[in-house]
Amino acid sequence: MALNYEQLVAKYDPVLGLEVHVELNTESKMFCSCSTTFGAQPNTQTCPVCLALPGALPVVNEKAIESTIKIGLALNCSIAPYSRFARKNYFYPDMPKNFQISQYDEPICFDGYVDVEIDTDEGPQQFRIEVERVHMEEDTGKSLHVGGATGRIHGADYSLLDYNRAGIPLVEIVTKIVPGTGKYAPEVAKAYVAELRDILRGLGVSDVKMEQGSLRCDANVSLMLKGATELGTRSETKNVNSLRSVERAIRGEMLRHAEILETGGKVKQETRHFQEDTGLTRSGRSKEQAEDYRYFPDPDLVPVTPAASWIEELRATLPERPSIRRKRLQEQWAVPDKEFAAMVNADVLDIVEATVLLGADPTKARTWWLGEISRIANDQGVDIKELFITPSDVAELISLVASGDLTDKLARQVVEGVVAGEGKPSEVVAKRGIKVVNDDGALMAAIEKVCAEQAETAEKVRAGHLPAAGALIGAVMKETKGQADAARVRELLLGHLGQ
Amino acid sequence: MIFKNAADMAQALAAQEVSSVELTQAHLDRIAAVDGDVKAFLHVDQQGALAQAAAVDADRASGKAMSPLAGVPLALKDVLAQKGVPTTAGSKILQGWKPPYDSTVVSKLKDAGVVILGKTNMDEFAMGSSTENSGYGPTFNPWDLTRTPGGSSGGSAAAVSAFEAPLAIGSDTGGSIRQPAALTGIVGVRPTYGAVSRYGLIAYSSSLDQAGPFGRTVLDTAMLHEVMAGYDAHDATSINAPVPAVVAAAKSGNVKGMKIGVIKQLQGEGYQKGVQTRFTESLELLASLGAEIVEVDCPSFEFALAAYYLIAPSECSSNLARFDAMRYGLRTGDVDGASAEAVMAATRDAGFGREVKRRIILGTYALSSGYYDAYYGSAQKIRTLIIEDYAKAFTKADVLVSPTAPTTAYKIGEKVDDPMAMYLGDVATIPVNLAGICGMSLPAGLAEEDNLPVGFQIMAPAMQDQRLYQAGAALEAALSSKWGGNLITKAPALTGGK
Repeated sequence: MALNYEQLVAKYDPVLGLEVHVELNTESKMFCSCSTTFGAQPNTQTCPVCLALPGALPVVNEKAIESTIKIGLALNCSIAPYSRFARKNYFYPDMPKNFQISQYDEPICFDGYVDVEIDTDEGPQQFRIEVERVHMEEDTGKSLHVGGATGRIHGADYSLLDYNRAGIPLVEIVTKIVPGTGKYAPEVAKAYVAELRDILRGLGVSDVKMEQGSLRCDANVSLMLKGATELGTRSETKNVNSLRSVERAIRGEMLRHAEILETGGKVKQETRHFQEDTGLTRSGRSKEQAEDYRYFPDPDLVPVTPAASWIEELRATLPERPSIRRKRLQEQWAVPDKEFAAMVNADVLDIVEATVLLGADPTKARTWWLGEISRIANDQGVDIKELFITPSDVAELISLVASGDLTDKLARQVVEGVVAGEGKPSEVVAKRGIKVVNDDGALMAAIEKVCAEQAETAEKVRAGHLPAAGALIGAVMKETKGQADAARVRELLLGHLGQ
Repeated sequence: MIFKNAADMAQALAAQEVSSVELTQAHLDRIAAVDGDVKAFLHVDQQGALAQAAAVDADRASGKAMSPLAGVPLALKDVLAQKGVPTTAGSKILQGWKPPYDSTVVSKLKDAGVVILGKTNMDEFAMGSSTENSGYGPTFNPWDLTRTPGGSSGGSAAAVSAFEAPLAIGSDTGGSIRQPAALTGIVGVRPTYGAVSRYGLIAYSSSLDQAGPFGRTVLDTAMLHEVMAGYDAHDATSINAPVPAVVAAAKSGNVKGMKIGVIKQLQGEGYQKGVQTRFTESLELLASLGAEIVEVDCPSFEFALAAYYLIAPSECSSNLARFDAMRYGLRTGDVDGASAEAVMAATRDAGFGREVKRRIILGTYALSSGYYDAYYGSAQKIRTLIIEDYAKAFTKADVLVSPTAPTTAYKIGEKVDDPMAMYLGDVATIPVNLAGICGMSLPAGLAEEDNLPVGFQIMAPAMQDQRLYQAGAALEAALSSKWGGNLITKAPALTGGK
């Protein structure tokens, strides 16, 4: 009988193992000088080296080594003073050399950890994910199998190969087995990948776009009976390309394993592919007979031997750990949990912080970026960072409102102007002739005019029916082209009508 | 003119007594006359060579500063990529492939104005010691056309000894320059590993491969060495240091006070009598020139051959994986409905020769999980021991010496079905490759029993290549004065067309 999730976690303990592949954002490939720009015409970013022409040789990209060491340091790893590249030998048409250059038994970074925090029934709880290794390798080309039912190479009519991706630097981050997460296994895994993404983004070493494949997660899952000492058989789910999918894939695999175990079956050790649409996994290649990759040190490359002084230099450049930074900012800005989460999700922390550092009030800065400006970005379908408005524009805007030169309503017009490329807020104000009407004389003239035009309504207000004042205030605002301070208008109007 | 040394040709060119076009044409004529018998070349690039020669002549006429070897022709082993010129590494699997790029060695030759006559025959992917493993038929030894010129750079060696080219380039993974130099009575040098860029050298065994020069004299060889060598950022294993002053060393040729170590393990049993005799004579000659002869012990050399035949096949099994019919070269079995795997398998079956397949299978096995430590791992340990043996020996001697090959040139077909006998011919040359140091073979005379050339091998520590030339030039001068000229002048004339 199938168990539901609650029953499952009461009976079994899940054990996780996560392998995350990160495409580095170096300008050139891992072993040649070809460009790494995403989305170029197929096979235009290739050379004798990444096409594996006879005689061509790889040379390691120093920048990739630097990025990998930074990642290792940010994940609390030790950095190997000596590590090597190996060849992983297997035949596949999208791999030009028919071997992949990858670090094998001598990774450049090892023995680190990442702490993640999730909400549990008992409140926030921290989990430590131990990192076994961080190593460098090269990506393969891309195959497109045309025809056939499965989109796989078997049964296809023909295949198209694009070697632009062949040789793009990849870093693989492998955890040790992660036991003890219990029913929170899916959430812990998601939090881990999210934390990695934030750390990598903070380091500036990768675009970390899961939907473009620059961050990819393979999730190993197994179940063991509570109290058992031997690990269960694991499955490895590939193609998990969003944070939500990490959670879904692991939960799904836990349920699938439990169903097999409960009906007396045995879990097969295999690779499975996650299907975004159904949230289920399908069987890939069986790993029962482990493929023999005939690893050996690549004789075309020399060992990687970073100087200790260089490692320390890189350590000194590391940014604040994202989780610590988030805590600090939330405290400094006194933001409630929910609003802070909204900022994180909208990815506006950096931009808000930059605005605050220019002297703006944190709450106002957050409101502008998360509200009006996010709305414009959404409407235009672009990333907020691509809009033509900068933290210094927003800081200026906030100070104009604070000094009474703009009302919130007028400020929104100014934002429109800035985004439209009309210049800095002060320039937009000048060009558009936007200003708050502060002159009581001018306001009184407008009030008298409106009261004369709408004498009946004015009489109602004079008689004490205050809600009728709204219509008059609206008319005064219209008369002053929206440049008056509505509160002041109300005050003067009510005074004028003896209230 | 074609019977002169490269250094003399260079001088005549510099003095404008002859043009590069004339010199190149003379060699093309020689090739046309004798290569039907020798079969040194796989491809003669008549047009390209004459165009290059004309450009050099024009530059010289315009008063440009010229490199010492500018205008001198050369034969290039087909293992080096040359842009637009068929490059096959002696294999059917690359038939018709024209590289879209120049190897670094070719770029350096072109920059120096050295005229490339064409591509020379070789054992397929440099796997072999007789050039019989070429996918395009064997090359014949100009000293005796029924015999092999050695290998794998047999085409290059034969071209130089047949006066088809004054200079040639080979590659040496286990002796593939030194052994054919010995068997054809010329000079060949394997430079220190990392001294010459491997970029564009079609890989056999990456940790052992090294391109190097052939010439008819020590000085000619040194001149080409200086053109080829030097740091290259495209080769991660390239050594970033100045090229040793090999030309100066070849000109000085002095062994007075030099300590010369004779390796105990590389003589005696297994060495042909005439080879041993010429070797001993050369030693006596060196002693008479003021060298101090000492004996050194290299006990691990006993295992060198075994280590080589694990490391080289292992690396080649991976290096040759790229020949899969997907992007270049031969493609067979591409019928309707054939899978990629089937096309790869059919192409590799049709394109690779027997010896190449043998080594791929050997290497695949040696790297397999469960066997790695016993085979590849042990071989690497032996390699370390050999490096240590050399290090110790070089504390006692400035250079080490041995016969280059245990025998003189053997008959075509004599060993082709007995790989072990063939492999044993590399026993004296392989240790140099395993240790990554440098070695030279130069003619020591003819063996009495068969009147065929014998090679004398000199070895020096890494990046001390100039010592090879210093000792080699001294021995060459003494031997030449004894013979009344270079050994190569004793070679039988090739009549051509016979």
